[in-house]
Amino acid sequence: MKTYSYFPGCSLQSMAESYQISALATARALGLELEELDDWNCCGATAYFHIDELLAHTLCARNLAMAEKAGHDVVAPCSGCFKNLFFTNEQLKKDPDLAEHLNFALKEDNLTFQGTIAVRHLIEVFVKDVGVEEIKKRVTHPLKGLRIAPYYGCQLLRPRKNDEDLEQVTFFEDLLSSMGATPTAFPLKMRCCGGSLIVTNRPAALTMLRDLLQCATAGLAHVIATVCPLCQINLEFYQKQVNREFGTRFALPVLYFTQLLGLALGIPPGQLGIGKEVVPATSVLSCIREEAVLTHS
Amino acid sequence: MPNRIDFRQEITNLLHAVDGPSLRNCMQCGTCSAVCPAAPFMDYSPRALIELIASDLKPEVLASNAYWTCASCYLCTARCPRGINVAELMYGLKRYSIWKNRYQRGLLGPGFSKRFVKMILRTGRSFEPSLAPAYVLRYGVRGFLREALMALWLLRLGRMPMRPHRIKRIANFRRMVSRIVPIPGAA
Repeated sequence: MKTYSYFPGCSLQSMAESYQISALATARALGLELEELDDWNCCGATAYFHIDELLAHTLCARNLAMAEKAGHDVVAPCSGCFKNLFFTNEQLKKDPDLAEHLNFALKEDNLTFQGTIAVRHLIEVFVKDVGVEEIKKRVTHPLKGLRIAPYYGCQLLRPRKNDEDLEQVTFFEDLLSSMGATPTAFPLKMRCCGGSLIVTNRPAALTMLRDLLQCATAGLAHVIATVCPLCQINLEFYQKQVNREFGTRFALPVLYFTQLLGLALGIPPGQLGIGKEVVPATSVLSCIREEAVLTHS
Repeated sequence: MPNRIDFRQEITNLLHAVDGPSLRNCMQCGTCSAVCPAAPFMDYSPRALIELIASDLKPEVLASNAYWTCASCYLCTARCPRGINVAELMYGLKRYSIWKNRYQRGLLGPGFSKRFVKMILRTGRSFEPSLAPAYVLRYGVRGFLREALMALWLLRLGRMPMRPHRIKRIANFRRMVSRIVPIPGAA
């Protein structure tokens, strides 16, 4: 069983708790050990980098140094945390002066950054370390007939982390296919959800969300699958406000990819945090049940 | 004036640590503006903003809402044919305007970022409810009621935390931070 240092990030212990519940449940089912990093602190989100870059790196460096002590790679389910931790790690590895400077600060918490671990996103670990083929073998309740829009969002992929292709990306679709579901055509799958603009520039964020919901609807999706708490919260909580603002009638459930994967692995909805939605996911569950009845009769 | 550093140079210096080619490589093709999902809400598009910097128009840049409208999605960075990290430039300009304490009146971004940072320095973690009140007021009485109802609903669904979480080694954490920047109250 492979062990990782799990960095939940602030959202997964509040508004996105169902992501945490389903992430831990699916990881366990796939034979991965996610060991929560003890006493982790906020990654700095985007706000920190607006104020002071050095301070933002310091916040990330503390988490990285603690993971190094534990001896495991860090896994973050939030695209924002992933991006911040990943780039601080890279920056510190190639800039010894910066590392020395931050290590001076880290001493206050008896920590040192050495650059011995890697930073990964949860979906990357599932797709690469476990593998789509392996996941397919473990699926007991294929999501037949369920049309899922694969929403990558932005920071999972951008800026480019290593030398991967940023334009023709299909690993999310592959993962959804392995669950027995149908990934829908979703041309805006890598467009931004608006992120923190939902607080600082509501009209801009609502417009961006409207475009995404329209696009997913055009692809006849039953549900949007997300890989980031901010995307999920924006697309789901603010769907009503989009409707009010633009006179639309969207009622599109938005679930974490781990919740859908969990259903395919036969984990009961209650153990995946399903049932806490603002836009009810009952249509998704009934779609799966109907299909099951049809195939068994 | 041999000792005067112009604004363009100042911004170049600011971005010195950023990987990739400098702003001087911009050929004004407008790809960044074309792909930016937030551009319709900016007074100057990303391309126009780079042109302002190149033209040494500091007051116009500091008065612009463009970089505070950036959601950091990095599509401009990914698509720039000259490899310029445009999103990082937006971060740089945000920091510059905070540092100079000059930004367009009425923008919520600067205050939000400052509050966020203060909150993290206090507890080590983010706590959404402590950020909310200052912003919901912006949307009027009806907007405020809507946000309050939403918060109550989330609370009932168990998706809203009641108390901020403070990390265990907060004292060490604050001392660590104070070795990088001075913060009040840290020994």
